[in-house]
Amino acid sequence: MVDLVTHASPMARHVLRGRPAALEAAQGALGFALPRQACRAASKGDVHALWLGPDEWLILSGVSDGLAERLEDAMGAHPHALVEVSDRQIGLVISGAEAEAVLSVGCPLDLGLDAFPVGMCTRTVLAKAEIGLWRTGPNTFHLEVWRSFEAYVRQFLAAAAVVPA
Amino acid sequence: MSKTLRTPAGGSVNRVKTIKFSFDGKTYQGLEGDTLASALLANGIRVMGRSFKYHRARGVLGAGSEEPNALVAVRRDKARIAPNLRATQVELYDGLVAESQNRWPSLNFDVGAVLSLLSPFIPAGFYYKTFMWPKSAWDKLYEPNIRAAAGLGHAPTEADPDSYLNRFAHCEVLIIGAGPAGLAAALAASEGGERVILVDEQCELGGSLLSATDAVIDGQSGRAWRDAVVAKLAANPKVTLMTRANAFGYFAHNMIGVAERLSEHQASPAKGAPRERLWQIRAREVVLATGAIERPLVFPDNDRPGIILADSARTYLNRYGVLPGKRVVVATGHDEAYRAALDLHKAGVTIAAIADARPNPKGPLVEAARAAGLPIKTGYAITGTKGTLGVAEARLSPILGAGRVGPPEIVACDSVLMSGGFTPSVHLFSQSRGKVVWDETLETYLPGASAEAERSAGACRGQFGLAKALADGFAAGSDAARLTVKRDFVVQATEGDPKGVVGALPHDRGNGAKAFIDWQNDVTTKDLKLAVREGFQSIEHIKRYTTTGMATDQGKTSNLNALGVISDALDRPIPQIGLTTFRMPYTPVTFGVLAGMARGDLFDPVRTTPIHDWAVEQGAVFEDVSLWKRARFFPQGREDMEAAVRRECLAVRSHCGIFDASTLGKIEVVGPDAAEFMNRFYINAWTKLGVGKCRYGIVCREDGFVTDDGVVGRMSQDRFHVTTTTGGAPRVLAMMEDYLQTEWPDLDVWLTSTTEQFAVIALQGPKARDILSGLVEGIDLSPEALAHMSLVEGKICGVPTRLFRVSFTGELGFEINVPSQHGRKVWEAIWAAGQPHGLVPYGTETMHVLRAEKGFIIVGQETDGTATPDDVGLTWAVGKAKPDYVGKRSLARPAMAAPDRKQLVGLLTKDPHIVLEEGAQVVLTPGQKAPMALVGHVTSSYHSAVLGRSIALAMVSGGRARIGETVYIPMPGSDIAVDVTSPVFYDPEGVRVNG
Repeated sequence: MVDLVTHASPMARHVLRGRPAALEAAQGALGFALPRQACRAASKGDVHALWLGPDEWLILSGVSDGLAERLEDAMGAHPHALVEVSDRQIGLVISGAEAEAVLSVGCPLDLGLDAFPVGMCTRTVLAKAEIGLWRTGPNTFHLEVWRSFEAYVRQFLAAAAVVPA
Repeated sequence: MSKTLRTPAGGSVNRVKTIKFSFDGKTYQGLEGDTLASALLANGIRVMGRSFKYHRARGVLGAGSEEPNALVAVRRDKARIAPNLRATQVELYDGLVAESQNRWPSLNFDVGAVLSLLSPFIPAGFYYKTFMWPKSAWDKLYEPNIRAAAGLGHAPTEADPDSYLNRFAHCEVLIIGAGPAGLAAALAASEGGERVILVDEQCELGGSLLSATDAVIDGQSGRAWRDAVVAKLAANPKVTLMTRANAFGYFAHNMIGVAERLSEHQASPAKGAPRERLWQIRAREVVLATGAIERPLVFPDNDRPGIILADSARTYLNRYGVLPGKRVVVATGHDEAYRAALDLHKAGVTIAAIADARPNPKGPLVEAARAAGLPIKTGYAITGTKGTLGVAEARLSPILGAGRVGPPEIVACDSVLMSGGFTPSVHLFSQSRGKVVWDETLETYLPGASAEAERSAGACRGQFGLAKALADGFAAGSDAARLTVKRDFVVQATEGDPKGVVGALPHDRGNGAKAFIDWQNDVTTKDLKLAVREGFQSIEHIKRYTTTGMATDQGKTSNLNALGVISDALDRPIPQIGLTTFRMPYTPVTFGVLAGMARGDLFDPVRTTPIHDWAVEQGAVFEDVSLWKRARFFPQGREDMEAAVRRECLAVRSHCGIFDASTLGKIEVVGPDAAEFMNRFYINAWTKLGVGKCRYGIVCREDGFVTDDGVVGRMSQDRFHVTTTTGGAPRVLAMMEDYLQTEWPDLDVWLTSTTEQFAVIALQGPKARDILSGLVEGIDLSPEALAHMSLVEGKICGVPTRLFRVSFTGELGFEINVPSQHGRKVWEAIWAAGQPHGLVPYGTETMHVLRAEKGFIIVGQETDGTATPDDVGLTWAVGKAKPDYVGKRSLARPAMAAPDRKQLVGLLTKDPHIVLEEGAQVVLTPGQKAPMALVGHVTSSYHSAVLGRSIALAMVSGGRARIGETVYIPMPGSDIAVDVTSPVFYDPEGVRVNG
């Protein structure tokens, strides 16, 4: 239980929103197409695009890899918004056989593998905190937590990991 | 009675493991596997509680969650007292301490029982009739005394030291109730490989199979079959089995609330072990297999201890090895009582008589009783009992018809078993908004059309008997799992007629006899008849007038009998009377399990800024602003708030102050149409705002009233850095999104919250530029390059920054935005650079005073949701040439420009030492008597250190026209005279922002 929750490695974060032409063009910089299926993530290497809404993605990538500049270049004058949020939130990784059960203490979504398969991502809540939740493996979840909610989320997860006798 | 009623063998209690427990201070012994009720019965204890209204001695009536009488408090320590627990559900553990309730000084001698003698004076509706006059006596006299006398149990007086857990769960099939129908449903549903959850309120799965003796299923005894099924289900990883789990509420969209008891049954729970867990289970399909509850017979003196439900007596015998007595009278209107009589007979109990109210009972159970030589009296009603603190004799009378009975026979006995039949438990079905329908044959309500994706199975939908329950349960499980599995159970069991009797038995005992309908709320047939005589016709009204069915057991044993009696009194069939609504919880749940984990540190998130820890180290005092902790002031030495704020204010005005503004809401507005969007959303004009310039923006709602404000900077042609109030950020972002998505989807502009992307450090005071100058790279801080209300991007301390030159103090000021991870580092660098310049940290309280000295409003303090921009002196900000903006049409209405609207003004007390109270009223003349002619109120009030006097802001009717007048603040004892002034008290020319 001690290692259930760890910090994700540092990464750059950008919110990408825009019209279809810009989203098409973004593919050139990303190296893959933005996922269009609701609540799904797509990845290549350490670049990940998480679907947050019909015109909104969270782009995760390596720190200082110049991806934002390449995206701006690729999208050019096509209407879009690219906003850096690297410091807005922090990444937590919950891993282990109990991960799903522990999250289910505070998250009302169905986290069963059939309903929430690997590669699924969504904005949801963990008890009283809003979180981004992304399943990266059968027993591994990546949480995006707004910076000021980290203490609460970690404390909640610690309490949630208590297994009744 | 002190003899032991424990059988020498039998039952599923552990005969070699004795358990010590105490009840009302006396120590007893029970066995492992006992409930408190079975252990007390085994010890010959019959009186387990006192009734709610008349304080009558009461014994246990049932054996499960339906128990209305045997309510006890279980005490672990001073803080752990759980009142109103049903002794039938309290699992015995070593050292258990239980106390009876609603009695003084003791159970067997209760002073309150005198109320029973006064009962002719406590009729139905007594409270409504008696305590009405004088009206003033209700609060002080009647209600407190009624509450003191009537209370059921006492809540602990200390904070609950236990912890509680929460869990959300999802499944394809949820089965509630693990009797034969529920187990069969689980067997079927689990064949599909989908997730199945089976919950049961008892400590073991099995329901009626736990006390079955003669049933054989597929060649196994009922108990063995149950064990095999449970083992098979437990081995299936897709099946979750839950015991001690009270499915208490059926919520919309198949969400079921379940309270699971985790450690309450343990003798010594591990330290910190959670007590209970709340499950919120969302199921695709629900199977209700909630069984049926035996109905008492309604006859005079039917509440005497020792009178218990027949099937419950069977449970006590077969499951716990406890006899209800040694010489038993069985009174019945249903075949199942014969099964109980036969089991007791086999256990050596004398069956003194079986009085069956039916004229001609037949069927295998009746025949078996006849064959066993049990004395059966058909067409007989029980018409009374006698005995001190327990039944000693029963009065049996032949039924003559037309409500008359013949001369009674008196039969000595030490227990009476009764059965009026079984009432299907439709509680959860009814909670799901399903409509019950009356079944003429069974004379009961059954589930009708479903409102949710659920189906009932087994006895709860009138499918009585083991064979039917198994078949019905299996079919329901198959259906719920969308399978077509089939299975024929081979069942050997003696089944009787499912029909029973409803309502009261006839008697010849006259008006004084008490035949109880609702044991827990002390409602008798007389009360119901009186209510009908007084004109009540609807069951909903009668229920509230008599309180029948309104106790903590929600009338589990009483509802149908109440309907029967009312039906007789009104001479209308039951379906025309209706049925009251079943409400959650099915059985009571603790507040603790509902509060769950949201206690203490986890009650709410505590949001802190990247600079928070520095402020803690400096000894800051914090205040809550929405979920944020903000430093309110930084006391030095033994300073109080007033002294600290005075010092901080003067330091900012004379040197420089540093302030953590990170909590300000921030929204990045980006896209080719960003300026157009800003034009439509804000009251201000934005098109001409140059890149690198800032503007104070105001947001109105559609109704024209100010809802938020903040400085907005233009980062580029298509990008704005918007700030909002600390508490307003989510609201403003949601409002912006709403307009974008519903009104202006054509605009190419997008919003992103950046509140926590940046730490914001406000540096305010004449020395601000000197302090910053050595820290920035590539930024020209000179007034020519960076004028007031402009911004620049560059680096500070090696990290990127958006540096705004803005002022909420009236001094030369900067707000330094840096990525949050660097916030503390940059703060500390500025702090160090500021030391030679007399830099001080200041908090929100000083910020409030400084802005009030300048007449700057705080939205939500000066405004209250009814102030227009003009009311608070912001007409200058309105982009008058714009064709439209949110609120424009409302602001054009004449009333919004009426001269007597409340307007922002300053108030200066004639006596400069008096600091007005915020919220105080304003009047025009002194010495008024209430009701006074109020013309306004004080919105902000402080002592201003730099002015050496008090200042206040106020909203006053036609206030701007009153500047120069004297008005008054009425306070207890005197009126305070004040001068109406401009709201700008300090540096009205505004030269100080230039340093």
